[in-house]
Amino acid sequence: MSVTPFLVLSALLFTIGAVGVLVRRNAIVVFMCVELMFNAANLALVTFARQHGNLDGQIAAFFVMVVAAAEVVVGLAIIVTIFRTRRSASVDDASLLKY
Amino acid sequence: MIAFWILAPLMVAAALGMVVVRKAVHSALLLAVVMVSLAILYAVQDAPFLAAVQVIVYTGAVLMLFLFVLMLVGVDTNDSLVETLKGQRVLAVLVGLGFGVLVVLGAAQAVVGPPLGLQGANRGGNIEGLAALLFSDYVFAFEVTSALLITAALGAMVLAHQERLDPKPTQRDLAQQRVRDYAATGRPLGPLPSPGVYARHNAVDTPALLPDGSTADVSVSRVLQARGSVRSAAGLADDVDGAVQSIDGASMHRRDEDERGRHP
Repeated sequence: MSVTPFLVLSALLFTIGAVGVLVRRNAIVVFMCVELMFNAANLALVTFARQHGNLDGQIAAFFVMVVAAAEVVVGLAIIVTIFRTRRSASVDDASLLKY
Repeated sequence: MIAFWILAPLMVAAALGMVVVRKAVHSALLLAVVMVSLAILYAVQDAPFLAAVQVIVYTGAVLMLFLFVLMLVGVDTNDSLVETLKGQRVLAVLVGLGFGVLVVLGAAQAVVGPPLGLQGANRGGNIEGLAALLFSDYVFAFEVTSALLITAALGAMVLAHQERLDPKPTQRDLAQQRVRDYAATGRPLGPLPSPGVYARHNAVDTPALLPDGSTADVSVSRVLQARGSVRSAAGLADDVDGAVQSIDGASMHRRDEDERGRHP
């Protein structure tokens, strides 16, 4: 099977994730949308590995997963810290630097 | 490639739902659908190791972490509908639509030859091939990854750590406080009485009976009292009368049937 449908699906998922980051206010949901974008990129990488007939793409996807896991840990810790101090998980409320 | 055509619409629908639904927990569950489907697509594309890692790391660890923090931060924190930037939502959707059309058309119209496939690369096994690459060409990136993971773990610990502002109450403090409460309000020193245990009733919603026949209200949970599902002492007696009557009625009925059976 050609790789094009996989790439189109990957592009669709990435777009949906990007729109979600822009539209949603809840920090945790925004974070989930970022994860969706990571996953879309991973799908493209795995597809490219199949297209080129070597495993470099899969290695890249593997590293993306590792970095995503580390990023989730730190990001969620930051969200919990902000929630503790400001009693809100909304990204609009973390705007003290503006003033 | 039936798997792809079944999973692709499902994934897009789940991803759209994730952005649209109001409750964050539902978003997390829809994200789980997308991630498990992705694992299947990896397996279809000759990447069994990544499929397993996807299920274990993403749906297992990352999503669990998401749900955990969601429960910690409060599941009922809904999105605020106040727009800080005017027209941001509409603009975001428009920009996303434009971006999506651009990328999807770009991907769809790219001229690519037939895929080479991974039969050659996976000849000695997918995991063996990945390991050979990981520990030769990518060994430096792999080592740096370990530093990243340690940094992330330490960072999370530092961020989640909370200094105590007041000293922790010792057992002695707690005991003294309990006696002081007893002196002030007459709160009993010992544990609260347990609910009554009767043959015909679930014990937790049944108050214990005091020697004078009244009920001990502190023996049932306040939640049950607020719901109004606590039985009163009189109600208990009624129930017993009803049970006795029904037993009598049933035995009488059975005797009638026996008689009829004997003389048809």
